[in-house]
Amino acid sequence: MAEGGRAAGLAQGLRAYRLVAGMWIRSTLAYRVSFLMTALGSLLVTGLDFVAILLMYSQVDALGGYSLPEIAFLYGLSAMSFGFADLAIGSAGRLGTRVRDGTLDTLLVRPAPVLAQVAADRFALRRVSRIVQATVVFGYALAATDVVWSPQKVLLVPVMLVSGAVIFASLFVAGAAFQFVAQDAAEVQSAFTYGGQTLLQYPPTVFGTELVRGVTFVFPLAFVNWVPASYVLGRPYPLGLPQWAAFAPPLVASVCCAAAGLAWRVGLRSYRSTGS
Amino acid sequence: MSADVTVSESAFIEVDRVEKVFDVRRRTGFLKRELRRVRAVDAISFRVARGEMVGYIGPNGAGKSTTIKMLTGILTPSGGRLRVAGIDPSRERTRLAHRIGVVFGQRTTLWWDLPLIDSYRLMHRMYRIPDGRYRENLDRLVELLDLAALLEVPVRQLSLGQRMRGDIAAALLHDPEVLYLDEPTIGLDVVSKARVREFLRELNAERGTTVLLTTHDLQDIEQLCSRVMVIDHGRLVYDGALSGLHEAGESERTLVVDLERELPPIEAGEAARVVRVEGPRQWLAFPASASAAPLVAHIAARYPLLDLSVREPDIEAVIAKMLYAPGSSGEGSPERRAVVPGAGGS
Repeated sequence: MAEGGRAAGLAQGLRAYRLVAGMWIRSTLAYRVSFLMTALGSLLVTGLDFVAILLMYSQVDALGGYSLPEIAFLYGLSAMSFGFADLAIGSAGRLGTRVRDGTLDTLLVRPAPVLAQVAADRFALRRVSRIVQATVVFGYALAATDVVWSPQKVLLVPVMLVSGAVIFASLFVAGAAFQFVAQDAAEVQSAFTYGGQTLLQYPPTVFGTELVRGVTFVFPLAFVNWVPASYVLGRPYPLGLPQWAAFAPPLVASVCCAAAGLAWRVGLRSYRSTGS
Repeated sequence: MSADVTVSESAFIEVDRVEKVFDVRRRTGFLKRELRRVRAVDAISFRVARGEMVGYIGPNGAGKSTTIKMLTGILTPSGGRLRVAGIDPSRERTRLAHRIGVVFGQRTTLWWDLPLIDSYRLMHRMYRIPDGRYRENLDRLVELLDLAALLEVPVRQLSLGQRMRGDIAAALLHDPEVLYLDEPTIGLDVVSKARVREFLRELNAERGTTVLLTTHDLQDIEQLCSRVMVIDHGRLVYDGALSGLHEAGESERTLVVDLERELPPIEAGEAARVVRVEGPRQWLAFPASASAAPLVAHIAARYPLLDLSVREPDIEAVIAKMLYAPGSSGEGSPERRAVVPGAGGS
């Protein structure tokens, strides 16, 4: 595909995404009370998530050598990254259902990229509550931490956030692509996305080396926060990675993005050649 | 649209020896897989001229949907050549989307929780329909399909018939040159069916829209299509006028008579034969092409008749008769029975 064609395709995709997501927001608002209840409910549940960590720290002073503000830093960053990715394209995880009941076909006859339509499918505004909660936790981390901020560290934070969101988003897309082949894989996908997110809320020092290695080199979730956060917090790097690895997230995110795009293409092609 | 494609008027849809082979993997043990090839569509060829209205029928699993999916660009053919309006559907899916309309009878594309008009507004923007043309088309479709009172109603509150009309309108807002309908009258009551058919007839006659529809309802075909294509086991086994299909299938209608009392099977000579007797009720089969009137007169004159009704043959019965009629060499040779009259084309 030519460079111009790709850009046009992206613009077309974003436009379709906006249109479809808009329709879902309006559908959600058709039941205002229900929307408010679920939004409040998920704010409460995600809130309790961090309360569990607070309770743990009422018993111990450090976890894997990390203090509470440091954990809050890890938690806030990964939860915010995840929250943005989940809000934007978490719905792609429902692809398997659409393949199974045949409604994916109705998307394929529209003049818009399928990925954009699938990503915007059942766009759920209530997912904003996770971002809100994560932002609060992150705010606390920034206020309570004793990090000495350098310009590099300050700049690294937004870079981490964007790269982390892209890495999670890639995972969502790759998972969706896998569902073309295995339609009941939604649970497997959740293990990697939601499971991965939970993993990242704790310091790498509490996990076994094998796991950390897998999360660094196979599913590079470690670059969402562990590796760059080690630089910011002045902690030893997991697996003894070199210092420049802290600045690798944008690169890792780009590679993930490309790999996920490829997986999506392969998945869609296999669907179009085999039906379901 | 673009003027770079010049489609010869005689062939708006061109299908040349198109096939679709699915690889079905079956686990036969740990890590061991058996690969089986299924030919869902087997070297089908046909042409549909602009403005034609064609019925596409066949038993379940015969390859109807697979063909429609290839024509709409959802599936990529495994072989052969396919063109719709000069476009290769699988390679230029989104470009083709602007020129075709698709209605899936059992899957609505309307937005469940939103008023009907919202779905149309989305079409307006997604298909980038110029404002003037959108207004014009919407007004016309609303009038023809009698949707005025429904526009502000959430789709979930519409009846099946209303929703079908709503879906058809949604598929036509962007002025597609061809409309694919998959079971457009399934589950509808008689009045709704009549309305949908009436609309399709007008659409075809006045705007020249090419229509390809799959159906299980023989009346859809009878009332709408001058041409019918029958597919079975992935092969096109008939392509021509409906009347020809009746002849090929020697289809029969059934006269159900209720007599005053149990009697031996009715003697009706050559005109009909009794196929079933149950107490005072008897079932007589007679050729679909013959009138029921003389038969009824004959029976009424000789037997104590209480009540009667006539049953039309259903599409499966017609096809089954055609495919497996006595005298054909068994079930395995559909191609030998293929009837492809030249009249089928343009």
